[in-house]
Amino acid sequence: MKCRVCREPAIIDIKRHNANFCAEHFIRLCHDQVAKAIKSFSMFEPNDRILVAVSGGKDSLALWDILRRLGYDADGLYVGLGIGDYSDESGNHTRAFAQERGYTLHEVDLLREYGYDVPHGSKAAKRTPCSACGLSKRHIFDSTALSLGYDVLATGHNLDDEAAVLFGNVLRWQTDYLGRQLPVLPAADGFPKKVKPLVRLAEREMAAYCVMQGIDYQIDECPMSAGNKHIGYKEALNDIEATSPGSKHAFYFEFLAKASHHFRVGADELRTELEPCVSCGSPTPVETCSFCRLIERATAAQPVRFVSRRDKTGHSQTAEAQT
Amino acid sequence: MQITLRHPTRTTEISGPRTVDSLLKKLELNRESVIVIRSGTIVPGDAPLQDSDEIEIRPVISGGFA
Repeated sequence: MKCRVCREPAIIDIKRHNANFCAEHFIRLCHDQVAKAIKSFSMFEPNDRILVAVSGGKDSLALWDILRRLGYDADGLYVGLGIGDYSDESGNHTRAFAQERGYTLHEVDLLREYGYDVPHGSKAAKRTPCSACGLSKRHIFDSTALSLGYDVLATGHNLDDEAAVLFGNVLRWQTDYLGRQLPVLPAADGFPKKVKPLVRLAEREMAAYCVMQGIDYQIDECPMSAGNKHIGYKEALNDIEATSPGSKHAFYFEFLAKASHHFRVGADELRTELEPCVSCGSPTPVETCSFCRLIERATAAQPVRFVSRRDKTGHSQTAEAQT
Repeated sequence: MQITLRHPTRTTEISGPRTVDSLLKKLELNRESVIVIRSGTIVPGDAPLQDSDEIEIRPVISGGFA
């Protein structure tokens, strides 16, 4: 195989592009695809301050790396979930990445800040671990981005993530979710602008990018994600992709182009009917938001250690590690 | 050749020479779901692998937000 650009020996073949690339031109492809996503979806401007939600995994670290290489002012936010060795290693990968490059990393530890961790908290609150984890991270990402004055929150969702979520939402016709499944969600009261700059890149490409750039990421899968439906959807889509390259891209991008607007009205209405949570001030359709109810249930069933809950602004108590 | 697989981490021996595509077919792995690494470098589907090679096959699917 030869590189499509320079005809030197290729190191990666990308079937959906019907092309092979050497290391140099694969890296350039990744940067170009992110730049294209940022521009085509108007994700942010050159002077915007970006907060990247980083987990220590390949996607978020690759995203942070690419944004910085493209010249953006991007800092990281890591949430310690308390999932045993897995979280310890994820945190170590994230801190090492930031420290080696001199990037600013903010950290929030669930147990220290809110009094619970994902394994115990999800059990006590009778939620699946992935549900409790997702809810916690979404709240902390939003509130931290707002309280620290970032213009936009960027997450490492890639093409496979978006195609798999779309697949799951279509299987059950979750129309309210379909209306919100966009690469950009505008800012609103209590919500920062949220963007997904990796939507044009597949999961395999992100892993390859990290290997080629020497990014040491958390390879192991979260031990609490076993049996996760999301993984099953990805495997099903990859089986289709193997025999019909480009299917994942077409599924997601044709949805955006031809179908997503049909679901947007209902989703927008849901967002405008929110009121501030009586406990934390975050937008919620009920008196107390889901996150505060999760904290209440999670901490009621286990000893609370080193709790320093945030006030409504979240400013003064954000754990921050300047690296 | 010695093959290291992940989730969980384990090793196995597969005879060579053979291509990456042939190796993945023998292990019943989908090309879309893994990357193949030899000596710290990604190798494409048609790359010939020898008995002396040490290969890592790394899954790329993650369960949720990364």
